[in-house]
Amino acid sequence: MPYPTDFKYTKEHEWIKVDGNSATVGITDHAQEALGDIVFVELPKPGTEITKGKTFGSVESVKAVSDLYAPASGTVAAVNGELATSPEKINKDAHGSWMIKLTLKDPNELNGLLSSADYEKFVAEEGG
Amino acid sequence: MPAVSATTPTIRKTALNAVHRKMGAKMVEFNGWDMPVEYPSAGGIIAEHNAVRNGVGIFDVSHMGDIRLQGPDALAAVQHISMNDASRLAIGQAQYSALLYPQGTFVDDVIVHRLGEDDYLLVINAGTREKDFNWVRDNTRQFKCKVENLSDDFTQIAIQGPKGVNLLQKLTDADLSAVKFYWVTRGSVCGLKNILIARTGYTAEDGFEIYVPADEATSATVWNQVLETGKEFGAIPCGLGARNTLRLEGSLSLYGHEISDTINVWEAGLGRFCKMEKPDFIGRAALETAKTAGLKRTLVGLEMIERGIARDGYKVQDDTCREIGYVTSGSYAPFLKKNIALAYVPPEFANVGSTVKVECRSQGVRAQVVSTPFYKRPKKS
Repeated sequence: MPYPTDFKYTKEHEWIKVDGNSATVGITDHAQEALGDIVFVELPKPGTEITKGKTFGSVESVKAVSDLYAPASGTVAAVNGELATSPEKINKDAHGSWMIKLTLKDPNELNGLLSSADYEKFVAEEGG
Repeated sequence: MPAVSATTPTIRKTALNAVHRKMGAKMVEFNGWDMPVEYPSAGGIIAEHNAVRNGVGIFDVSHMGDIRLQGPDALAAVQHISMNDASRLAIGQAQYSALLYPQGTFVDDVIVHRLGEDDYLLVINAGTREKDFNWVRDNTRQFKCKVENLSDDFTQIAIQGPKGVNLLQKLTDADLSAVKFYWVTRGSVCGLKNILIARTGYTAEDGFEIYVPADEATSATVWNQVLETGKEFGAIPCGLGARNTLRLEGSLSLYGHEISDTINVWEAGLGRFCKMEKPDFIGRAALETAKTAGLKRTLVGLEMIERGIARDGYKVQDDTCREIGYVTSGSYAPFLKKNIALAYVPPEFANVGSTVKVECRSQGVRAQVVSTPFYKRPKKS
């Protein structure tokens, strides 16, 4: 699956799509593939402040539990409630299944994140 | 999302390792073995799990070990080292049992097969192969019987699910309808003569386990032929991930989780496989004492009431958040579509309907004690 070029990526396998002062966050296709069948997603409530590099929730497959790391700091503006009942949507379309919408604290924070080409290279080097 | 760690090259491989890799299986290290955890091309753990519940799934379980005891004292030796009553076994019959330490705790759980008059085969766990063999050899020296470690001789393939019998019947001349659950027979399989066929498994479903020669070419031929023949029954390859969720739904113990060298037979709820009235066996005296003393903890089934998945090692708490026990195995149950767990708790919390909390990632999530097994296969009509 191609990695959208208008997303930025973390080495912890989250994606973020920025639109002005707000952003949408999810996990990458590589991440869902590594996890396998996703059966549980824990996300923060709207209004929660999250900090870049810190965990903001978790995602669980049948086999594994993984933390979600914030690609940027900000306030949670919205949560994709559909994932609570249909977490398997992430397996079907990781880049279309957003988890949270953020109001960014500092859009400049995103400068250090990976481009789609860099992320693809990173995943290949990781042996994934 | 931490990176998924790569497997190291020093660990052991079954004869089917290259076949699994060619099929695109996701491989993991399990008890020192490089094993398929799931086959994404087959649909992954949930699809594999449900194939076994509804149709048939095929597993490479060659990492399991095998110990053969043969000779005039073979029965006496088996009786001495295992808790079930092997004297009840007819030739061709098998039973679930366990090897115990003098403390009444577990060396391992085993399936004892009676292959002939004085000929027994113990099928043991992968992670305990060497320990088990040494223990069996050391504790049977006084008996006239040969103890052989046949662990590397077989490729063991499990054909599990209600349609397993239909699949395997197409590949063997043995009449499988005459083989009851927990019985064994011999027959040709895929053209190989005199293959051991056991109607056993670890999935809480009907099924068979076949023992074929462990060379790579033969193993691959049989594996591929089973899958090919199984197509009409919807057979898919299944990995250790589904094997674990299947056995958990059936509340079947896993060594190192529900049973170990610090857990005794009564605590594990396996008393029905422990025959105290049979001749003396290792662990019996301690179990007698433990029975009189009463239980301090007992294994229960939990179903999560609130959102959250209990995982192995998570703490169990009472309503006041006091720690009272721990989870031995926990997962999303793909067929039951619930989050379930097995856990050790004090007997006063073990009544069906009692509620406890499981500390899931620093959050107390409410769970209810339910009766086990969580899943029981439907009786044949």
